[in-house]
Amino acid sequence: MTELSLHILDIVNNSTKAGATLVQVDIDESVIRNELKITITDNGCGMDEDFLSKVTDPFKTTRTTRKVGMGLSLFKNAAELTGGSFGITSELGKGTQVTATFVHDSIDRQPLGDMASTMVTLIGGSESTDFVYRHNFDGKEFEFSTVEVKKILDGVSVVSPEILSWINGYISEGLGELYE
Amino acid sequence: MKSLAELEQIRNKMAAKINVRSETDGDIRIVVGMATCGIAAGARPVLAAMMEEIEKRGLTNAYVTQTGCVGMCKYEPIVEVYDADGTKTTYIKMDAAKAVRVINEHVVNGNVVSEFTIGAAN
Repeated sequence: MTELSLHILDIVNNSTKAGATLVQVDIDESVIRNELKITITDNGCGMDEDFLSKVTDPFKTTRTTRKVGMGLSLFKNAAELTGGSFGITSELGKGTQVTATFVHDSIDRQPLGDMASTMVTLIGGSESTDFVYRHNFDGKEFEFSTVEVKKILDGVSVVSPEILSWINGYISEGLGELYE
Repeated sequence: MKSLAELEQIRNKMAAKINVRSETDGDIRIVVGMATCGIAAGARPVLAAMMEEIEKRGLTNAYVTQTGCVGMCKYEPIVEVYDADGTKTTYIKMDAAKAVRVINEHVVNGNVVSEFTIGAAN
């Protein structure tokens, strides 16, 4: 993975596969505190303690095509490489929360990358899941929610090229203003 | 500046179109592998390029979906195209430029881009 946004895409795919109806992606970025914190919270099926304790082991996975699962281990490694930290909590039947904290100015910190593209890929890939994306940059905040969008769409599918293209533009512009 | 009002306009335009759209029978289904292996190899820009080309050309007979690991990680990004008659073509080691060619040559004109298929690699 070359961008943090690609890790986010990969980790949130776990949430949708766990049957989550709502996934929140929070990015708290502060140059002042020299920190970039990514929190992914879902209301999926969760994990038991035994699986949770092994989940960042690359030889643990739920997939059936092979016996390795790299997603969480790669994300954990990316955070720890910068001198940051990684945590995961989960409760069966309630959901899972993954937190990765990066040292903002570390030479090993991957760029955040294209979050708009990650969100559009997620929304397009799981029509029945709602996504909330919050991004705070030194006190300035951008928020995007498919709950609001679906209300406006009023029955028209969010998974259509025209709508996804609008969402891409909306998030790109919103983030652009954040960094101004 | 994009606004929610603009979204509503797009929505209303689409709602009008949906009524005249035919059933999904006869559609071409495009499947992009989006597991860890696919994402790491560059599947996200492939998917984005396909969506963009479909929108740009206003294609209504093709849609893009995502799947997990196909089991051939070394060939990622993998794109499978299911024609209306069910014929499957597997494209491997894709990138955004190749994705646009698959839309134009395969989806629009019905010609398989043989050089990108898994058969060409063997």
